[in-house]
Amino acid sequence: MSILAFVEIAEGAIKKTSQEAVGYAAEVARMRNTTATAVVLGEIASAELENLGRIGAAKVLQAADSRLNEGNIQAYANVLAQAVEKENAEVVVLAKSSLGDAVAARLAAKIKASLASNAVELPDTSNGFIVKRSIYTGKAFAYTEMNSDKKIIAIKKNVYTPAETENKASVEAFSPTLQEADFNVKIKETVKATGDILLPEADIVVSGGRGLKGPENWGIIEELAGALGAATACSKPVSDLDWRPHHEHVGQTGIKISPNLYIAVGISGAIQHLAGVNSSRVIVAINKDADAPFFKAADYGIVGDAFDVVPRLTKAVKELK
Amino acid sequence: MKILVCITHVPDTTTKISFTDNNTKLNKAGVQFITGPYDDYALSRAIELKEASGGTVTVLNVGLAETEPTIRKALAVGADDAIRVNAEPTDAFFVATQIASIAKQNTYDLILMGRESIDFNSGQVHGLVGEMLGIPSVSPVMKLDIEGTTAKLSREIEGGKEQLEVSLPLVAGCQEPIAEWKIPNMRGIMTARTKPLKVVEPTGKEELTTVTKYELPAPKGACKMIPAEEAEKLITLLRTEAKVL
Ligand SMILES: Cc1cc2nc3c(=O)[nH]c(=O)nc-3n(C[C@H](O)[C@H](O)[C@H](O)COP(=O)(O)OP(=O)(O)OC[C@H]3O[C@@H](n4cnc5c(N)ncnc54)[C@H](O)[C@@H]3O)c2cc1C
Ligand SMILES: Nc1ncnc2c1ncn2[C@@H]1O[C@H](COP(=O)(O)O)[C@@H](O)[C@H]1O
Repeated sequence: MSILAFVEIAEGAIKKTSQEAVGYAAEVARMRNTTATAVVLGEIASAELENLGRIGAAKVLQAADSRLNEGNIQAYANVLAQAVEKENAEVVVLAKSSLGDAVAARLAAKIKASLASNAVELPDTSNGFIVKRSIYTGKAFAYTEMNSDKKIIAIKKNVYTPAETENKASVEAFSPTLQEADFNVKIKETVKATGDILLPEADIVVSGGRGLKGPENWGIIEELAGALGAATACSKPVSDLDWRPHHEHVGQTGIKISPNLYIAVGISGAIQHLAGVNSSRVIVAINKDADAPFFKAADYGIVGDAFDVVPRLTKAVKELK
Repeated sequence: MKILVCITHVPDTTTKISFTDNNTKLNKAGVQFITGPYDDYALSRAIELKEASGGTVTVLNVGLAETEPTIRKALAVGADDAIRVNAEPTDAFFVATQIASIAKQNTYDLILMGRESIDFNSGQVHGLVGEMLGIPSVSPVMKLDIEGTTAKLSREIEGGKEQLEVSLPLVAGCQEPIAEWKIPNMRGIMTARTKPLKVVEPTGKEELTTVTKYELPAPKGACKMIPAEEAEKLITLLRTEAKVL
């Protein structure tokens, strides 16, 4: 029995959220008296891979097949199922993402695993195998008993911070059998913002709402984000109005994030917006209306005009560094 | 084209969630139930596709009799008929087994779902059903066009999107801006009453997960207010007190 972690690559590097998944898997492995194996699909330099040992992977299985360089849902599920078999894995851990979610579901059906998504803590194995997961878009938690021999856990960002050691992982090549049918879904084109900090990966997020009045005013958000090394996000009306791209919109119908710090500028704090950000560690609200609901969900608040306050914050951050 | 749309019956997005029976059941008192917002996108796109090139739209829900008003609403919006699998949907694997069983009996060209339900937010059911039927599943889908027997889709990925092509049949988990939500009109509401809604019993009972207990998050402490004139203080507090910088 071993514990697997599915590792995703973005722009040639291991995603931060996947590193958290490896650390989480290593901790589950300790609880189960076994070791953790990270599975990496596609071609990536092996020095990167060895370093997964530092955060707890004893071994890395790499399927360095160019057909796996792009995230093809069916192919990935098929390959992971073979990795589960090869390693006799009890648990597969992965970070929630648009690819991870889609792959995990198919994998669960293939290997008949219990799947818990949005896990927020390490499992409780004192009596059975129970995973605490976030439900109702962050408004509650469910302690979920995993009834199947095989288990898949999809973790939220910031659930686990791996401790660093000097260990190196052994990297083993892995040649899964791929079928033509695995590639029935043809990826024709990938359009991706490069260089930007990916929103779901970011430790700090600066987000703007309709209070910013128009896309031409986004400079103040981008400058604060730039100074903080943060990603930018927005409320739904902002992406509906095409002020910002859809993939930046957070909330009930957008993406859900859980950074260390979320700074909301000119966003009222509607419950559907909070649904996407309520598990952030620290929340700051900046709004000119003292009665804005966001102040009830925030840790720090400033009642003021964004156009005055935000540039001053940017300046203060720059002075600090 | 035959389209199946799977819909959930969930608490309205503004609902304050609470539990009863020693934190083992959702407190449904005073809760307004709606169609899952993502399922509404799936349904709206299905109706648009039917309006453009003909075919039928069947809605499917796995739920107890309490979900029928939500199902009728989908019929009012323009679905042709509905199936309710009479069971409490407590586990994604169980729900997917029911949907796959209905799909095997009726062979649909397209099975549309929401990218995730807003109660359990797992985003699992479409992938499970795709695998159970041995057909492709794609999620989250922002755009879906059908040309002959080929589906052209755009899938959201972190920081961008992918353009995909695949032959039907297909399972898709939908999200905005795939379609505009449709609001039922008076005529739709009238005709919905007489459209067929078939109730079937579930096949199999197997569940791979069980919720043992629910919990609410710890209440948030008071928000620390910083006067706008001293906005710079925020940065110091974030570093020294909150320790996030
Ligand atoms: C089913 C459903 C799903 C939804 N999903 C989402 C979702 O995923 N994400 C989401 O964000 N919303 C979602 N919404 C919409 C949500 O209900 C709100 O309408 C939306 O979040 C409001 O966006 P906003 O705060 O940017 O705009 P507004 O509500 O217009 O708020 C603007 C705020 O800016 C402040 N302001 C104005 N000028 C300034 C200034 N100069 N300086 C500082 N502050 C200023 C105002 O006081 C106000 O509080 C959803 C709604 C529904 C019904
Ligand atoms: N009980 C149910 N009945 C019908 N469809 C469902 C049910 N539960 C989930 N679905 C479908 O599966 C999608 C994903 O749900 P989930 O995996 O629970 O996040 C939903 O948006 C629905 O389209």
